[in-house]
Amino acid sequence: MYEWLGTGDHKKIGLMYIVYALLFLVVMGVEAVLMRIQLTHANATFLSPELFNRLFTLHGTTGVFFVAMPILFGFGNYLVPLMIGARDMAYPRLNAFGFWMTAFGGLLLYASFFAGDSVAQAGIAPDVGWFAYAPLTATAFSPGHSTDYWNLSLLLAGVGSISGGANFVATILSMRCPGMTLGRMPLLAWMNLVMGGLVLVTISPLTAAQLMLMGDRYLGAHFFDTQAGGSVVMWMHFFWIFGHPEVYVLIIPCFAFISEIIPVFSRKAIFGYPAMVAATTSIGFVSLGVWAHHMFTVGMPSYGNAFFVLTTMVVAVPTGIKIFNWLATIWGGRIRFRTPMLFALGFLFQFLIGGLTGIMLATAPFDWQLGNSYFVVAHFHYVIVGGILFSIFAAFYYWFPKMTGRMLNETLGKWHFWILLIGFHLTFDSLHIPGLLGMPRRVYTYEAGRGWESWNMIASIGVIFQGVAVLIFVYNMIQSYVKGTPAGNDPWDAWTLEWATTSPPPEYNFATVPTVHSRRPLWDIKHPDDPDSKYE
Amino acid sequence: MEEAQTHDPRACRARHLVRRSLLVAGQVAIGAFVSSAAESAWASDPVSPTNIFAPDSTPAHSIYRLSIFELEILGAIFVVVFSLLLYAVIRFRERKHEEASEPPQIYGSNQMELAWTVLPVLIVVVLFLSTAQVIHRVQDAREPEGTIEVTAVAHQFWWEYRYPQFGVVAANELHVPVSDPARPTPTYLHLLSADVDHSFWVPRLAGKTDLIPNHPNDMWIDPHETGLFLGQCAQYCGTQHAKMLLRVYVESREDFDRWVHTQQQQAAASPSAAGSALFVAKACFVCHTIRGTTSVGQAGPDLTHLMSRDTLGSGAVPNTPENLLKWVRNPDTFKPGTRMPASDVTDQELSQIVDYLMTLR
Repeated sequence: MYEWLGTGDHKKIGLMYIVYALLFLVVMGVEAVLMRIQLTHANATFLSPELFNRLFTLHGTTGVFFVAMPILFGFGNYLVPLMIGARDMAYPRLNAFGFWMTAFGGLLLYASFFAGDSVAQAGIAPDVGWFAYAPLTATAFSPGHSTDYWNLSLLLAGVGSISGGANFVATILSMRCPGMTLGRMPLLAWMNLVMGGLVLVTISPLTAAQLMLMGDRYLGAHFFDTQAGGSVVMWMHFFWIFGHPEVYVLIIPCFAFISEIIPVFSRKAIFGYPAMVAATTSIGFVSLGVWAHHMFTVGMPSYGNAFFVLTTMVVAVPTGIKIFNWLATIWGGRIRFRTPMLFALGFLFQFLIGGLTGIMLATAPFDWQLGNSYFVVAHFHYVIVGGILFSIFAAFYYWFPKMTGRMLNETLGKWHFWILLIGFHLTFDSLHIPGLLGMPRRVYTYEAGRGWESWNMIASIGVIFQGVAVLIFVYNMIQSYVKGTPAGNDPWDAWTLEWATTSPPPEYNFATVPTVHSRRPLWDIKHPDDPDSKYE
Repeated sequence: MEEAQTHDPRACRARHLVRRSLLVAGQVAIGAFVSSAAESAWASDPVSPTNIFAPDSTPAHSIYRLSIFELEILGAIFVVVFSLLLYAVIRFRERKHEEASEPPQIYGSNQMELAWTVLPVLIVVVLFLSTAQVIHRVQDAREPEGTIEVTAVAHQFWWEYRYPQFGVVAANELHVPVSDPARPTPTYLHLLSADVDHSFWVPRLAGKTDLIPNHPNDMWIDPHETGLFLGQCAQYCGTQHAKMLLRVYVESREDFDRWVHTQQQQAAASPSAAGSALFVAKACFVCHTIRGTTSVGQAGPDLTHLMSRDTLGSGAVPNTPENLLKWVRNPDTFKPGTRMPASDVTDQELSQIVDYLMTLR
């Protein structure tokens, strides 16, 4: 037990992050199911408005801070040291600190269930929405401690994330093995470097805003307290200068998975490595200047709106570069349709659509119609489920053998993929339409006769498929962990350093620290007559 | 990229066929989508009373035209990229006999990178310029003569409409005159909030604009047809955000003037002395105003002309005597979590209050 609780080993911490996030994935999934039942038809009474509002607040907050962030930090923690030939992260104890802060943040959020009269009504769980616009969070509109749970929970998780981000940056900049120049790092390391940098720059304003909110609630600070002359719009700026780059904090590590998986299963080197690095870093920088596209409806002047339209559309260029480079990697390859590749291709298709609907929302006038409607809900679930979750599943099937020494079952994996794909499209393709027909988000029920019922029904039916798919995945993990086919060191015939050590790797990772001569050290070993180093 | 070599004419033809049919399917899909979206029939039978693709007012029209233009461009991008992906996945799958060997390794191409950088940049420039034009046209429009000014104040969870030009205060049902494009009489809304953030969204008339405390906003509409236009609050504002509905009655100028004239009157002297006394005794007056009486509360809707409204509770239920009675007894029956408390009254007192309210025409 203490071996895990007191560990500083990056692999153990990585696995704890992942398991923790999977538990919360199930929790937020249950919340989604309850909300989808309520929304199957107009004027439903399955959930009370109070409970519905708590559920969507928890679903969003949990998804971003206690599922997506930890699971990606988990994979990053596990993989980055292995892939750069290091024995651990730069600061193992800081690493453990970051994990436990995040972990307690999540537990604190859910402790609110037990602070009210009824656990079934979610106690006094926060009900202000995951972006908690002031002044709904002020004591005048949110008396009691409900908002405090949200506030303190994100304060803790924020401190945890910042220490994790700092650790990624330090590790990648200073712990690389001999021969691994920045230009030879696996793209996964590059992308986690950008992610770590973004975490440092963007979680800080969120943490600052949480402190200000706490000051408002308990020290009479009046930053956002409108009844004392505070500014709502300032909260929005603080939140979204965190909130939009946060989207990239989540998607860039997924780009990293895809950039490792597509080459291996297409049997080709990544196309345009320098362009991929440049595109990633430029997305990192440009993403810091787009936040107010979440605020097109708050009454910014026309030139302000136009500025944020431009910066947001500019992000489409490096994003397009990535998609084309992945396509070019596949082009001329020999694609092996194993489960990780299926999920990676699903990602490509869905991320393409999510990107295009993103451009629609970046168009300020279009956003005046679509903003805060179900179209937005469909758009960001396309990116978060269709993009991020699909690539996380790709990563599971790809690296589970390394982490456990056993393969995940391919047949179950394919069932998982296809059922999830069907469920995903039933739910999230449908949800675009009620948005176009005027349905706002965050409504616990809706009026009949607006053309929204059938689309909502289809969306809810899709959830059944998604739930079944996740159950198959959970079963597959447990079953394969116990009696899956032994993986060996390198089951995918891959090229990066993590496959050079045993599965699972020993505590010290590598018996001797490797020396590399190219971006694909294992390719060089497998093809001594035609090594990559000749072409780089 | 390396062009695949094959000498099998059948494979060649099959590939050609796949390519052709993809192209055709793509064109059909886009064409069907755009033309059905652009179907002008939608304006008369808009599928949904809140369809953003059935605009009936200049701001909504400007947005609509920009959306269709953008959808065509994005649809074309989707078809091209998706076809490439589909083709690559089918064409470059691993064949049985290839399993032992690796394909030629290609590391990149500067020309290709340049191409797929410059082309998107050009598309972004086009989209940005057309967007900036619409932003300017909608946001920086000049107010013409003859504009109707309305101050809309959002409350948890209802709407207050003040017409300073006419000295009228109404609630939940916004009345505006139709605007003839030849002689426009648009309505300008000055948006305020009494408590938290809300958003005014009537999709067929205009995009949404938020109502934010300490942060006044403006928007405008110029409806081209008479009729009832629906919408609802589009910024989460608390427990009953879902039932903070919007109803905009667009009327001919004569009907609108008549409505204004009615609303300007004070409440007629009550034939039901018991009811009006109870209205005060049971503290209804603390929140509600009835002009011409001593009730001047500001927290709830002005009730001077309550019976001229079609709905109760900001559109929650039709304004019928039974609903009114249930509402006054306990508004949570229809709208749980609304700010109005249940009344502590006997059945007899309740019916006296309701009888009184029903005289407020």
